[in-house]
Amino acid sequence: MTEKRKIAVTINGKRYEEEVEVRYTLADFMRQQLGLTGTHLGCEHGVCGACTILFDGRSARSCLMLAVQADGHEILTVEGIAPSEDTLHPLQEAFRDNHGLQCGFCTPGMLTTLLEFLRDNPDPTEKEVRIAISGNLCRCTGYQGIVAAALDAAQRLKPGREA
Amino acid sequence: MKPPPFSYHDPRTISDAVGLLARLENAKLLAGGQSLMPMLNMRYVLPDHIIDLNRVDGLSYIREAGAAIEFGAMTRQRDIEFSDVVKTRFPIVHEAILNVGHRQTRNRGTIGGSLCHLDPSAELVTLAAAHDATVTIQGPNGTRNMAFAEFPVTFMTTALEPNELLTKVSFQSWPSGHGYGFVEFARRHGDFAIASAAALLEEDANGKIKRASLTLGGVSVVPTRMREIEKALVGKTASEELFRELCEECRKVDAIEDVHAPASYRQHLATVMSRRALVAAHGRVGRA
Repeated sequence: MTEKRKIAVTINGKRYEEEVEVRYTLADFMRQQLGLTGTHLGCEHGVCGACTILFDGRSARSCLMLAVQADGHEILTVEGIAPSEDTLHPLQEAFRDNHGLQCGFCTPGMLTTLLEFLRDNPDPTEKEVRIAISGNLCRCTGYQGIVAAALDAAQRLKPGREA
Repeated sequence: MKPPPFSYHDPRTISDAVGLLARLENAKLLAGGQSLMPMLNMRYVLPDHIIDLNRVDGLSYIREAGAAIEFGAMTRQRDIEFSDVVKTRFPIVHEAILNVGHRQTRNRGTIGGSLCHLDPSAELVTLAAAHDATVTIQGPNGTRNMAFAEFPVTFMTTALEPNELLTKVSFQSWPSGHGYGFVEFARRHGDFAIASAAALLEEDANGKIKRASLTLGGVSVVPTRMREIEKALVGKTASEELFRELCEECRKVDAIEDVHAPASYRQHLATVMSRRALVAAHGRVGRA
């Protein structure tokens, strides 16, 4: 019993029309069927936050959604954050400058989570940043660099904010 | 792919969803998916059919109805968190919902899903008990209302029949100026609470308690209203000493024992959490 469905989904501005097995998670669909491996899978049960994407602009765990649920919706993954091939988004630049990543495994989830957070809360306190990333596990940085990067990014994003 | 094979259904109306539920064997309803999806990924559940409620019309709303507030079952936890009505008239709901998972899970998780999953430590379950919620249930023969007090049967088991769907939850409001406090003990922010307490207090101008609601979450298999303590509080003048003395009663609660904590530890936490919740509630009385 491998029931399939045809879905149309927009990911990082590009429209995909695909037939997908109904039991496929959104994360596996993006990674295995579309080759969008920027979204990482850690725990696959909603704890680690590595697979966080923006679903219609809201952060969500792509391991806790079915691909069929994305039919007709818009998704942003880490691959879609930078404005162009050779330019980083200010949030990504802040991560680079503040040692916000080491191995990079948690980074896709950190970036998507913080993108939504800084849009909702452009001038956060350190505590608010820590709560915002409390659903994202990082085993390298000790979080200090990530928190510094988020606060730095908030400053960088202030004039003429985007995303 | 992690979930086991199943047939997928995405009805557009409540009656279609109920129809599917009545017709299909071994079907599970999929709401926000923040509990069911992990269970599918880990293959704790093996349904033959998934009935996805995410495209059903008319299940997502927050509306005021007299003294009550009504939540459609598919209302996302995040929408409740950002609701001004909730913040002003049901401040304990706002305070507690910040402890429900993380922003990413609140963006998807729903109030109805949380109540039907009925995890003993779930904040919304505790709040529904604290606020004397009423649930509206739809089945093949129409709709019925039930006091939330009757809804939990036992550990993660509700009074829903297999062919019924929770459509709405109403919370009764307390007068403006009531005190509220929600506290929980979890190992990390966003983790399942080992014990939590929700307290609501109404006091007269002299600090005498007119009405009290005290609920423990995560301690027993279902949320526990501490009726004896509530009764004992009424007519007394609020003080931390009074709360401390009365909350000793929480040690008698039949507590869960699991990998996180033995029953005696939960009973101890219950006395501490309930006292702190009452202290917080008392401190907030009068501030609308």
